[in-house]
Amino acid sequence: MSDKPQPIGPHDVGGMPGGDIDRASHDYTFWERRMDAMVYLLFKKGMVRDWAEMRHQIESLGPDAYERLSYYERWAAATAALMIRRGVVSREELDRRVAELKESAG
Amino acid sequence: MARFAIGDRVRISDREEARHHRVPAYVKGHEGVVERICAAQGQPETLALGEDGEPIQTVYRIHIPQTRLWPGYEGPNGDSLEIEIFEHWLESARC
Amino acid sequence: MTDEHHSHKHPLQTDHPEPSSHHELMGIALNDLLVSKGIYDNAEMNAMIESIENIEPNTHGARVVARAWVDPEYKAFLLKDGMSAVESLGLDPGYAVLTAVENTPEVHNLVVCTLCSCYPRFLLGRPPVWYKSKAYRSRVVREPRAVLREFGTEIPTGVEVRVHDSTAELRYIVIPMRPAETEGMSESELASLVSRDSMIGTALAGRP
Repeated sequence: MSDKPQPIGPHDVGGMPGGDIDRASHDYTFWERRMDAMVYLLFKKGMVRDWAEMRHQIESLGPDAYERLSYYERWAAATAALMIRRGVVSREELDRRVAELKESAG
Repeated sequence: MARFAIGDRVRISDREEARHHRVPAYVKGHEGVVERICAAQGQPETLALGEDGEPIQTVYRIHIPQTRLWPGYEGPNGDSLEIEIFEHWLESARC
Repeated sequence: MTDEHHSHKHPLQTDHPEPSSHHELMGIALNDLLVSKGIYDNAEMNAMIESIENIEPNTHGARVVARAWVDPEYKAFLLKDGMSAVESLGLDPGYAVLTAVENTPEVHNLVVCTLCSCYPRFLLGRPPVWYKSKAYRSRVVREPRAVLREFGTEIPTGVEVRVHDSTAELRYIVIPMRPAETEGMSESELASLVSRDSMIGTALAGRP
């Protein structure tokens, strides 16, 4: 081998310095439970065809988002991107609904 | 048909690939031995884009001694890593 | 949420505080849109959450391991064809290829997914947070014995530690070694010794 292969992206962490493993468990919030179930439902409906699609969308969030977002926030962003790509929802209607939610939260 | 057989020495490709793929950097370019033929599955590179993943690839489990992966490995020589690699990422190892 | 779901085992209450980050709101907005477009309805969502939460290590994975401990033929079946073996116990085997790997006096197996968080959810439920963490994923392939020690698991140097990095649509479950002095125990008593972590490989089966 000449050059050491570079990580595929921020998710490709095997062998890197990792720090302490936090083994504390936490109760999933309802938001997380629903985000989790959403992906499995979309799978069941054929709207997500393969895990590769989800992984690709998560990896496409960029290094900054990958590090900054929580696990299920990544799922939310990736699932939204995939549904937009598939034409199930549009970027505009998603943005509009997010704005409404922000509004009503005050 | 599987190109490799159990016990074959293989090299995991370290070619450049900008698309989504499932070969972590730490095993790229390393040699190992086919431990098992696991399945035949679509290629992640195109499945990721909503395509059909054809041609389907044989998926192998590759056995690599830890001491070959990591200089100064902490444990005994017998420790190993096994990883699933799609056939299109494997080459015959020149002995 | 409507009132009709109050009878569920896990009540679907809202969160306090309510989700407020941009991406949390995006998830809520997406759910609202998918429901309004008829992709799925709230009842289907609630049923999916419930079916996910009905899968727990002790009711699923541990049953499979305990059966393998008491029935050598079943163990051979499980090692050869994990999906069919799981199905034969009336459990849903999921869609990925299940591979059972057996701990022996010579080999200790340990599972990770360095690239994401692949996990045998149909046997063990949702993965623990540490399994998905960068710390576990990055370190366990390089210093598995140090990681095992942090989990309180010491593997003798004469035993091969074999780490499985799960990268394709295969899922791994470890069959831990059956503890000593468990000869007279029933299958369900044995199952109670099989912890989640022992099926990931970061722990051994419990002692009676």
